[in-house]
Amino acid sequence: MTTAQDFSVADRVPGRTSWVAGALHFARKNMLGTAGALLVLIMIFMAIFAPLITSYDPTANDFGVMLEAPSHEHVLGTDQYGRDLFTRIVYGARTALLVGFLSAFIGATIGLVMGVTSAYFGGTFDLLFQRVMDVLMAFPLIILALAVVSIGDAWPVSDTFKVILAITVPFIPRCARVVRSSALAIREIPYIDAARACGFSHPRIILRHMVPNVMAPYLIIFTASVGQAILIEASLSYLGLGVQEPTPAWGLMLRGGAEEYAESAPWVAIFPGLAITLAVFGFNLFGDSVRDALDPKLRQM
Amino acid sequence: MRRETLFRAAIVALGASVAASGMAFAKEEPKQGGILKFVVPAEPPSFDGHKETTFALIHPIAPFYSVLIRVNPDNPASLTDFRCDLCTEMPKPADGGKTYTFKIRKGVQFHDGTPLTAKDVAATFSRIAFPPQGISSARKGQWAMLDSVAAPDDETVVFKLKFPSAAFIPVLANPYNFVYSKAKLDQDQKWYETHIMGSGPFVFEKREAGARITGKANKNYYHKGKPYLDGFEAIFAKKQSLRVQAVRGDQAAIEFRGFPPKSRDDLVRALGKDITVQESDWNCGLVLTPNHSKKPFDDPRVRRALTLALDRWGGSKDLSKIAIVKSAGGLVFPGHELGLSKAELEKVAGYWPDIEKSRAEARRLLKEAGHPNLSFTFLNRATDQPYTIVGTWMIDQWKKVGITAKMRNEATAGWFAGLRAGDFEVGVTANCQSVVNPLLDVAYYLPTGRSSQQYGKFKDPELEKIYDTMVRATDPAEQKKLMGQYERRVMDEQAHNFQVFWWYRIIPYRSYLKGWKISPSHYLNQDLSGLWLDRDS
Amino acid sequence: MINYVIKRLFLMIPTLFGAAVLVFLLMRAIPGDICYLRMAGGGGTVDLDVVRQCRADLGLDRTLWVQFWDFISGFVVGDFGKSMWTGQPIFDEVALRFQLSLQIAIMATIVSILIAIPFGTISAVKQDTWVDYAVRTFSIAGIAIPSFWLGILIILGILITSKAWFGQSWMPPITYRPIWVDPWYNLSMLIWPALATGYRYSAVATRMTRSAVLEVLREDYVRTARAKGVFETLVIRRHALRNALLPVITVIGIEFAFLMGGLVVTEQVFNLNGIGKLFVESVENHDYNMTQSLVMLVVAIFAFTNFFVDIFYAWLDPRIRYVR
Repeated sequence: MTTAQDFSVADRVPGRTSWVAGALHFARKNMLGTAGALLVLIMIFMAIFAPLITSYDPTANDFGVMLEAPSHEHVLGTDQYGRDLFTRIVYGARTALLVGFLSAFIGATIGLVMGVTSAYFGGTFDLLFQRVMDVLMAFPLIILALAVVSIGDAWPVSDTFKVILAITVPFIPRCARVVRSSALAIREIPYIDAARACGFSHPRIILRHMVPNVMAPYLIIFTASVGQAILIEASLSYLGLGVQEPTPAWGLMLRGGAEEYAESAPWVAIFPGLAITLAVFGFNLFGDSVRDALDPKLRQM
Repeated sequence: MRRETLFRAAIVALGASVAASGMAFAKEEPKQGGILKFVVPAEPPSFDGHKETTFALIHPIAPFYSVLIRVNPDNPASLTDFRCDLCTEMPKPADGGKTYTFKIRKGVQFHDGTPLTAKDVAATFSRIAFPPQGISSARKGQWAMLDSVAAPDDETVVFKLKFPSAAFIPVLANPYNFVYSKAKLDQDQKWYETHIMGSGPFVFEKREAGARITGKANKNYYHKGKPYLDGFEAIFAKKQSLRVQAVRGDQAAIEFRGFPPKSRDDLVRALGKDITVQESDWNCGLVLTPNHSKKPFDDPRVRRALTLALDRWGGSKDLSKIAIVKSAGGLVFPGHELGLSKAELEKVAGYWPDIEKSRAEARRLLKEAGHPNLSFTFLNRATDQPYTIVGTWMIDQWKKVGITAKMRNEATAGWFAGLRAGDFEVGVTANCQSVVNPLLDVAYYLPTGRSSQQYGKFKDPELEKIYDTMVRATDPAEQKKLMGQYERRVMDEQAHNFQVFWWYRIIPYRSYLKGWKISPSHYLNQDLSGLWLDRDS
Repeated sequence: MINYVIKRLFLMIPTLFGAAVLVFLLMRAIPGDICYLRMAGGGGTVDLDVVRQCRADLGLDRTLWVQFWDFISGFVVGDFGKSMWTGQPIFDEVALRFQLSLQIAIMATIVSILIAIPFGTISAVKQDTWVDYAVRTFSIAGIAIPSFWLGILIILGILITSKAWFGQSWMPPITYRPIWVDPWYNLSMLIWPALATGYRYSAVATRMTRSAVLEVLREDYVRTARAKGVFETLVIRRHALRNALLPVITVIGIEFAFLMGGLVVTEQVFNLNGIGKLFVESVENHDYNMTQSLVMLVVAIFAFTNFFVDIFYAWLDPRIRYVR
């Protein structure tokens, strides 16, 4: 409804300058966006090169150094099992990125296809589809997540995959709605009628003619969702519904540890929370500037 | 540095205060008055003690009720000392141990003013042991030895047993055996599910859904001079960290279940002598159950390897710093005379003093069984203390013998569902009991079918035979010998189930609360009648 | 207009019905049994007869159709039944908790307005200066900080600072008293979660305010006013802000609806006995009746908020009435 209005006009691609020049231009115009992009790059770097950055094993217990304060050997200290916190945070970036990107991508993509299809066919189909999306929008996330996670026990898939699925489901309707309202405007453009008159099949018209025209809202939603997905993953892990010990994951590191040791070993509580905040912050800043760049209504100003 | 010293001093003082507690209590004169606030981790489902099984019912509700007998309130840590509450004297069994006759106190009144007689006591126990159609009695199964209960007159209750049983008195002393009014039960057997009306030291005031239950002192209480408190407020707080903070910020004086060791240290460090700590082994064991119906756990060698790989003595030392577990023991409560001695225990698989030898044996067994790189998923309860913490520790232990284990944590309902459906390879469960009564407590480990909580899916008639002979044995030495056989068969020879650690109960509380004594179970000695507040000292 | 209202009202029925079907099926698909949980949760021995008895008492042994009909027909006439866990009427269980959640939602909304409107405005007026960047950083940080983590830090902060300043550890009360009974006590308990939640929810509203004000600032009449030499502050207050408020109010309205269902984590952290906490507990306990009622409550609040927003828009812009 309201959010939909921001994205109602189609995409406009910036001029074809070189890649570097474009990036520099972006950076100059978007200081916050650049900061966000930097944070995201750091995170991706940590995830890829984790074993090179640290020599500790993220899961091996060492009770001899349990709950040690930050020191030369353990830059960010150790947790209650004597595991190096820095190592766990570095490896945790893998979980966060994997869940963040995949759930945002899958959710936004399914939403894209559904939203465009719904707008294209219109009529009763659209009306019914809208109701289904209403239900999913209003439905409490935690039940959906719990259901997906526990029903998923029947399948031999990893925790991480189940978490991705649980986060994806509520993302679908949000993207579908936004995309649908953009697509509604495009459907009215004569060339869609022309394509139909040429006898092109429905899937072809949807994929070749409509989808490319709603890429802007799609990209906006996608970038905005990555940060949110990371945050939801952390919350689910914190509630015990996400990935499981001893997998390094930021939300999980806060479960139990953060509260029990927050006072005597504050590093256990502070650093993983900081990691989540910075990562989500980075993605949000980045997402915001992508939105500003792609949404011409705002860019004009 | 200075902080550190202060902290050590506090710990020493704490040790001293626990050791001296027995004498200290005798000297102090109880003070009247005040409202005790305490936190409870969960809210009880209904109010009916006969029906429910959670401690969350005991903490806020038990103060409203009387029981027939109970553990000695002045010495709740004793495993064999039972005293009268409503009766006048502990009876000597007659008829070769098959008849127990209790005399009931005169002049006891329910909170509505009606007199409490032997008829009410008999109606209560008959409802517990032989519930009428449509009524749930959670511990009905423990009363197999009882033949009948009757009240020949208003002051006498007679229990007749089918066979003499050492388990009878502890079952009778179960803290859930609230004495109800026969008149109310005759009206509606389910009345007590939604109402509270007992004869205990406190009178029910009100329940605020999800928030708290309050009670005020019963002026007509039959134990003269008690209760000392004017009333109590039981506050429900689900999050453990918040309960710790509540004691820290003096929003509550105590939580009666147990705090983790680190929280104890933090409280002592922050509040010094304003905090007193009592600790005890807990009649709860963390149990590991391989599912015998899933390959390769049908092979006793593989099961034995699982237990051999766990360094219990080292783990006890490490985990007792971060989790509510401590003693590495057998199936019988640590220190109970029926259990294995430490020397005997060290011969049982998984308790060998030389962990390297034990790990080598585990590797050898796995290789021999054809699974040198065993990999499996175990089902655990998604509760940090102590389940997932010990689970995380076990993963690391198993890794040391080449086993790759993955943990699947489920919230309580899902955990039970998984265990019951047999939809797991190895399960982590707990055996938590109230009154320490090893003869009944170890029934937990009987084969599937015989024990409702044996999720391991196996048959073992030999084990059942040992158990049945043990329960009916009258000679204590004979009983102890059979218990040894039983323990070894369960944990070592057949490797059906393993006790991993016994839980450890740590209660740090505000020092102004006096008269409370720890027991091995968070179900016991919770009527609050002997507690008082002394904010001046 | 009337036609549109009626049509829009009818469109809510499928949403509510769909949510009812979904919650009913999902809850039963999640493995677990309230009766077994109840009988075995204590850790002792379980009697399977007792479990069967309990299921029969709760009507869980009936076919799914009968159970669903029970739920739906009760919902239509406003009879939510009894909690399966406590046996008390659901209405009684929810009433007190709803009051608390509502108060936090209102307080958090006020906090978020108090943050969003001044910050959003100043950020728009000072567009692309360091003030703008600072405000945006602050507001984006609000959505980036996990609410459970913020809660932990707040409580710990209070405990430690009170100890350092007053020598006594103070902590907010942990049991609720209504604001009309003991306002000071009530506020000293609820202000913390309201601050934490309000800050978080201010982010979207701040951004909305910023872009709405930016848009209005480009309008001709504002330019004219500026050109006439009217004081900058007056321009903003008189002309820009008033016209920018509409979309902002809408966003706040919708967020309020989200808040009612979104307090789950905050209530856990601060031990607030609200519907979020009740919700988590009812799901954990497999108290189907309670979960179903709460989901329907949240979905209904959500649907009605959307309904009012749509009606409001249709009233403002008559074209909308014909689009759908």
